[in-house]
Amino acid sequence: MSAVTQSILYLDGVSVAFDGFKALRSLSLTLQPGEMRAIIGPNGAGKTTMMDVITGKTKADEGDVLFDKGTIDLSRYDEAAIAELGIGRKFQKPTVFESHTVADNVLLALKGDRSPFSALFGARNRITGEIIDRYLAIVRLLDHRTRLAGALSHGQKQWLEIAMLLAQDPKLLLIDEPVAGMTDAETDVTAELLKDIARDHSVVVVEHDMGFVRALGCRVTCLHEGSVLAEGSIDAVAGNERVIEVYLGR
Amino acid sequence: MLTARFFRMIEGRGLVFLGIMALVALLVPLCNLYVPPGNPFHVSNGTVVLLGKYLCYAMFAVALDLVWGYCGILSLGHGAFFALGGYAMGMYLMRQIGTRGVYAHPVLPDFMVFLNYKDLPLTWWGFQHFPYAMLMVVLVPGLLAFVFGWLAFRSRVTGVYLSIMTQALTYALWLSFFRNDMGFGGNNGLTDFKDILGFNVQAQGTRAGLFIITCMALALTFIIARMIVASTYGKVLVAIRDGESRTRFLGYRVEHHKLLVWVVSAMMAGVAGALYVPQVGIINPSEFHPANSIEAVVWVALGGRGTLVGAALGAVVVNWLKTVFTTGWLAPYWLFALGGLFVLVTLAMPKGLIGVWEDVRARLANRKAIADAKASGAGSSDVRSPGPQVPR
Repeated sequence: MSAVTQSILYLDGVSVAFDGFKALRSLSLTLQPGEMRAIIGPNGAGKTTMMDVITGKTKADEGDVLFDKGTIDLSRYDEAAIAELGIGRKFQKPTVFESHTVADNVLLALKGDRSPFSALFGARNRITGEIIDRYLAIVRLLDHRTRLAGALSHGQKQWLEIAMLLAQDPKLLLIDEPVAGMTDAETDVTAELLKDIARDHSVVVVEHDMGFVRALGCRVTCLHEGSVLAEGSIDAVAGNERVIEVYLGR
Repeated sequence: MLTARFFRMIEGRGLVFLGIMALVALLVPLCNLYVPPGNPFHVSNGTVVLLGKYLCYAMFAVALDLVWGYCGILSLGHGAFFALGGYAMGMYLMRQIGTRGVYAHPVLPDFMVFLNYKDLPLTWWGFQHFPYAMLMVVLVPGLLAFVFGWLAFRSRVTGVYLSIMTQALTYALWLSFFRNDMGFGGNNGLTDFKDILGFNVQAQGTRAGLFIITCMALALTFIIARMIVASTYGKVLVAIRDGESRTRFLGYRVEHHKLLVWVVSAMMAGVAGALYVPQVGIINPSEFHPANSIEAVVWVALGGRGTLVGAALGAVVVNWLKTVFTTGWLAPYWLFALGGLFVLVTLAMPKGLIGVWEDVRARLANRKAIADAKASGAGSSDVRSPGPQVPR
């Protein structure tokens, strides 16, 4: 039980099936508070489904999905409620609000009352540019604050989404393929950024790019066909017989 | 300070719109009442009614644009809210007739006497009081929108499915208001109005008064809509329009945000309908017809979706065209013209009339900037956005 009570995120025996296809098979994963974890695995390993289950988009058929020292059963909440509980998510495809400015994207993401009345008359109208700029500075988008988010480059959109994630001030960040489509230079910057963020947040990063995962220097979990294949340091996982087998498709 | 904030909220385009509304509200009644017929500046009684009708439609279009243009809810049944507001006003006007009706019954409207009603149905109670009737003008459409929206948005019905449901809603009301046992005058609807607040509805002065009130109501509707879209709430609405599930993952209760704007929009449509009825002198079930709601969507699309001013402009332009086309030898071709207009807008001007105007302005400004740059001989200044910087 102590594994549960110490964890920020605790998945135990989670299974999800779509029309008979088992996306997750009895997946178990424990994340300590403040830990950063990289999730790797071939296509169809269940990485995104795992994110969906944690954030309430998909309900688990079986198993426990517990948050915050096992005190919160996430299966009982919907997406909006889970976001309010302190789990932020960055999607695989950068999904920023393209017809809003960069600053407005952060404004919408900022932690606080999210009721219609707050947005109409209340606190959300009194958020100052300085607070927004603080987050834009972290992801180096300060010079772009008045541009439309749709006009940003692919990599900048990824960063904006990370800024939005930080603005939510979540306890746990789920980051799906943050460096997909980025240049090498951008990838390096992103790795630094995530390491910074991981100092005071729990982070789960899903990524294909092995070089990037290595740069993160954290514990790695390899998923395959919906369950954990290997877990450990990047070298241990990358050297694992079965992992090599799965990736090379022997 | 406060006025500066107000001006910023309304925006340049909106200020022009409000200015035109003030001018119209002033000039049309003046030219109708005080310029003698025969003078080229005289505005006929018929024209006042016609313009008043256009402005009610414009109000309706602003309400529709608020939900469609900013929140992405394509309502193909918004006419239901307009018609319900119209019926609430019609019921008040019916009860004002009193003993002046054909059957001279002190309480029951003519059609009820004709259908052998003994007592006034419960739904008609209180409608002899103007404040109660006005409350119902906003409350009935608002309540229907609340119940419908609560169920639909909570179940996450979106896109085409929601549009079809709104269409079904107005269609169901259309069918039920045709029935005599509904107690709203059946096929004939409500008409033969005598007076409103003691003023004869047919009188020139009353018509001018109603026209001015309609202008003010349209201006107010526009200001409220601008306040909504200029606030952070408006930004949330656009976020929902562009990425509903993303907004939900940010922690917003999308259904609550949608419901609020939906109900507000329905109430606005109700007020537009209520102002429409005393001016045109009749309300009947045809106002619920699905085609009306679809036509309103065309107005908004033609004027420019998501601009509010464009919606009002589109409503006036299309209805003016309709007036031109449905009188005289062009009459059989109106539906072709409307269909053609919709195709033209979709293909050639996706941002509507307002979009075309902005494009022209942007092009002129651009040309001027290039000419200025050439004149000053500065050459092309290559401004680049700073790229990503590698930290530390």
